[in-house]
Amino acid sequence: MLDRGKRLKEFADRVQYLMDVKGGADWGSLNELLDEIRFIQQSIYDLTEAEVFREIERIEERITFLEIRAADLLTPAEIVNIVRSPQRFTLTDILENVYDSYTELGGMGECNVDPAVLTARATITRRVKNRLYRHQVMVIGHEKGRGEEYRNGGCAKPWGNAKALRYMKVAETEGIPIHFYIFTPGSYPTEDYPGAAQQIARNIYAMARLKVPMVSFISEGGSGGAEAVGLSDMRIMSSRGYYSVISPEGAAAIEGKIREGEKVPRELLEHCAAQLHMTAEDNLRLGTIDRVVTEPPLGARREDYSFFHRLRYEMIRATDEVVLKTKSFRAFRAYALKAQALEKDVPEDFEVLVNWDLTELEVERLLELRSQKYRAMGRGGYVEGKTGGIPVLGKAKELASSGFYELKYGLLRPHQRNVQKVIEDVTGESSVFLRKVTGPVRAAYEFVFPAPEHPVPKRPMEGGEERSVFREEWETYVSPLANEDGTVTCPNAQKYGCLDLWIPDLYGEFSGVCPTCGHHFPLEYHWYLEHLFDKGSVREFNHHIHSANPLAFEGFDARLEKDIKRTGRRSSMITCDARVDGIKLVVSMLFGDFRNGTVGSAEGEKFVRACDRARTTRRPLLAYIHTTGGIRIHEGTLGVTQMPKCTLAVREYIESGGLYIVVYDNNSYAGPVASFLGCSPYQFAIRSSRIGFAGPRVIRETTGQDVPPDYHSAKNALRRGHIQGIWDRREFRKNLLDALMTMGGSNLYYK
Amino acid sequence: MTDINLNDLLRTYRSHPYEDIPVSTPHTGIVTLKAHEGQEVKGPGGPWLNRPGTLLYLLERERNVKKMSAPCGGTVAAVRQDLDSTFVEAGTTVLSIRHHLGKEEIIDRILTHVLFIFPAPQRARYYFPPEVAASIEKAQGKDVTIKSGDESVIMSLMKRDTFLSYDGPSGVIYKVYFSPGAIVEEKAPLLGICPHDKLEYVRKVVQRIRTEWEE
Repeated sequence: MLDRGKRLKEFADRVQYLMDVKGGADWGSLNELLDEIRFIQQSIYDLTEAEVFREIERIEERITFLEIRAADLLTPAEIVNIVRSPQRFTLTDILENVYDSYTELGGMGECNVDPAVLTARATITRRVKNRLYRHQVMVIGHEKGRGEEYRNGGCAKPWGNAKALRYMKVAETEGIPIHFYIFTPGSYPTEDYPGAAQQIARNIYAMARLKVPMVSFISEGGSGGAEAVGLSDMRIMSSRGYYSVISPEGAAAIEGKIREGEKVPRELLEHCAAQLHMTAEDNLRLGTIDRVVTEPPLGARREDYSFFHRLRYEMIRATDEVVLKTKSFRAFRAYALKAQALEKDVPEDFEVLVNWDLTELEVERLLELRSQKYRAMGRGGYVEGKTGGIPVLGKAKELASSGFYELKYGLLRPHQRNVQKVIEDVTGESSVFLRKVTGPVRAAYEFVFPAPEHPVPKRPMEGGEERSVFREEWETYVSPLANEDGTVTCPNAQKYGCLDLWIPDLYGEFSGVCPTCGHHFPLEYHWYLEHLFDKGSVREFNHHIHSANPLAFEGFDARLEKDIKRTGRRSSMITCDARVDGIKLVVSMLFGDFRNGTVGSAEGEKFVRACDRARTTRRPLLAYIHTTGGIRIHEGTLGVTQMPKCTLAVREYIESGGLYIVVYDNNSYAGPVASFLGCSPYQFAIRSSRIGFAGPRVIRETTGQDVPPDYHSAKNALRRGHIQGIWDRREFRKNLLDALMTMGGSNLYYK
Repeated sequence: MTDINLNDLLRTYRSHPYEDIPVSTPHTGIVTLKAHEGQEVKGPGGPWLNRPGTLLYLLERERNVKKMSAPCGGTVAAVRQDLDSTFVEAGTTVLSIRHHLGKEEIIDRILTHVLFIFPAPQRARYYFPPEVAASIEKAQGKDVTIKSGDESVIMSLMKRDTFLSYDGPSGVIYKVYFSPGAIVEEKAPLLGICPHDKLEYVRKVVQRIRTEWEE
C-alpha cells in the first residue's frame, strides 16, 4: 500500500509538471486528472487492492499518453516553462549526481555571499579499462532550487559574480578545469558596488584569457547573467534549455509596447519566444553553442539519473576535447573521441585517459583557439557590402600595413628606444661625474653671466606646426538643433533657478550646456565628430558592414529599412581613424539614432576590427558611446555573443600595450556596458549622462523596488566606482588629449 | 511663542481645516487653463516626489510651453477663467488650491504657535554639533534640554561652519524641522522648543488631536 501511495504522489507530480509545461490546467483536462489522483489518495484504504491497482494502471496510461502528446509539439514558450518548472534539476542535483564529491566554497546554503551563485571544488571520475581515474574541477554556476526562498531565482547579484570570479582565479592558480553551469533568468539589476554591469564585464574580461580549460553547460541562459559565467572553450546546452538575449516576457513588453504593470498576452509571449530563436536547436544552428545534451522529451527532472549519467559523460568528453585540441598529437586523440561520440548510448568506460593539465605552450594554444572561436561567432549575422576594391588586394593591403607597422613600431622603435636609453644612462652617469668637476666653475659662470629664461618648449606637432590645445577650430559646425527660434527650460530650473535658455544660444555658443547649473542637453553625434577631432581627420572604415535581420524577426526588416533611410547609415556603430591634436587614434562610436544604439553582429564585428586596427597601428582606441540601449534583441543570441567576442578582442588590444578609453554620453545601458565597455580601466562619462545595467522599469519589475530618479546618473556611477571621472562636453577634447598623453601601455606609437 | 488658548485654536482649525494655496505664474506668458473649478488634484507623488502633480495650466513664452502642475493635493478653486488664452504678467494668480489639512499638518501648525521656533538665519546646510547629536542619540526619544546660550546648531555655508547659539527660553527640543546636511531656506524653522512647564500640556493636546481628529 505504501508503494501505491508513493506512485500516486509521483503521478500527482507528473500531472503538476504537465500543468507547468503547458502553462495551465486547461490542456488535456489535467485538473480532472489531478482530482482523480487526489480522490484515490484520500480513499486508498477504502478501496480494494484490485480497484487501486486498476485505477493506478488507468491513470498511468493516461498520463503517459498525455506526456507523449505534450512532448510531440513543444513550442519555445513551453520549453521556457520546462526550464522554469520547480521540478527541473538544479546545480546541486548535478553536483550530487554527476560529481563524486564536492566542497562548496564561498558560503553554504543561506550563509552565503550570494546564495544564487554556487562555487565548489568537485571530483569527477572516469573509468578506463576498469580502472577509476579522478579529475579535480572547479564548478561554478547558478542555484535556483534547494532553498528557493533565498536563492533569488538564480539571479546573481554583483557580489555573487565577484565570488565566481574569485574562484575562477583559484582554478587558474591551481591549473584545474572549470565547469560552468548556467541556470539564470538574468542578473539581479542593482548598481550597488561592484555593480551588475561592471562585474559581468570584469568576469568576461577575466574569462577571455583564463589559462585553464573551461566548459559551460546551459540550461537557462538569460542574457548578461549567463555571460557572467558563460565564456568558455566549449559551450554545451541541454536539449530542453533556453539561451536567449532577453526573457520572452521582456521581449513581448518591448515589441507589444506593453505598459508597466499590464499583463503580457499569451499569444504575444509565444510569438516572441519563437521569434527569439532561443531553443537548443536554434542556438546550435546559429553557432552560439557547440553541442546539445539530449534530455528526456519533456525535460530532465530531479530524479532523472540516466540524464545525469549522460551529462557526466558529456562534461568529461567536452573537457577532453578542449584539452586535446591544444595537444600536438591531437589528430589521433580527437579521432578516438569522435568515434566514441558516435555511440548513441552513453558508454560506461572511456577508451582513453586524458590528462587535463596543460603545458605553457598548450595554454597559449588554448587561448588562441578561444579567441578564434569567439571571433567567428555572429559572422552570419551581418551583411558585408562591397568595398569598391578587389578583395585579394584588400587582404594584401592589410598584410602590408601590418608588416609596415610591425617594422616601424615593433622592430625599429624598441631598438631606437634602447639606444636612447643607453645614451640617457651614459649621459646621466657622466654628468654626475662631470658635475663634481665643472659644478663650481659653472656656478661662478652663471653668477657672472645669468642665462636668459627659456620658455618651456611646446611639444612639436605633426608637420612641424605648433598648435595649442585650446585653439578653437570648430567655428564652422553649428548643431542643427540651434536653428529653432524659441526658448527651452533646463530640467534643473526648479532646483537651481536656471533661467530659460534661448535655443540658438544654447546649441550654439553654449554647446548644449546650461550656463547656470551645467546640465548637458543631448546633442547629435555629428557634433562630436566635428568638435572632438582635428578638422578633416575623420576617416571612416568598415562602413560596408551592414546590420541585418539574421533571425528573420517579423517586422524587423521594415524597421531596419526605416532607420537606414532616416540616418543614412547601416549600423549603429561608426568606426573611424581620427586625430586629436595630431595624435592618431582609432574611434568606435555607438550612436542612438540607429536602433537606439543597440549592438548586433554588425556592430560587434566593426568593434572587433577597430580593436585589431588599433593593435596593428599601435594607436589608442576610443569608444565614444553617444547612446546604447543594450544588445539588439532581434538578433537573439547572435547579439549576446557579441559581449564575449568584443571583450576578447579588446582584451587582446589592451594586453598588447594599447590604451582603451570609454566615454559614455546620454544613456548607456545593459549588454555593452556589461562587457566590452565596462571592462575598460579608463571609463569616463559626459556630464548629465546615465550609465547602468537595467533601466528603472526593468528594476521595478524584477526586484519590485523603485529607484530614485538619479539612480543611474554619472555622479552616482562615479560615487560607486563604476567610472573614473566626469567630463564637461566643452572640455572633452582637452581631457581626451590629457588622457592620451598620460595613460595607456608602452606600445602606443607616440610613446 | 505666545500664550494662546489651544482649545480656541483647535476650534478654528475644525471650522476651517483648509489652507488656500494661490498658484501664480512664475513668469510672463500665455496661459492655457487645464483644470476646472472644483476639480480634485494631486500634488507631487512617488517616494522622491519625482512624479509631478496634476496639470493645472500651460504657460507659453517664446514657443516654450511649460506644464504647470499642482504643488499640493486639494480642490481647485477661484479659477481665473478670464486669463485663459491671454498674456499674463509674472506673479499673476491663476487659481488657488484648497488644500485639506491632514492630522499631522494640523499638529504642525498648532505647534508653530505653541513652541518657540528657532529659525534658520540664512539659506544654508545645518547640522547638530557633535555633543547635541550625541545627546539626542543617547536620549532615544526622551527629552533633550536646551537653554539660552547653548550651541545648538552648526550652519554650513560656503565651506565655513558657524556655531549658532540658542537664544530663547530654556526647554526641551520638541521637534527638529531639518535633516542634518540638507539645505534649509532662510527663516524656515530649525528647532521647536517647548518650555518644561508646558510640556505635559502640549503632549496632551497633540495626543488629543491624534485620537480625536477626523480626516
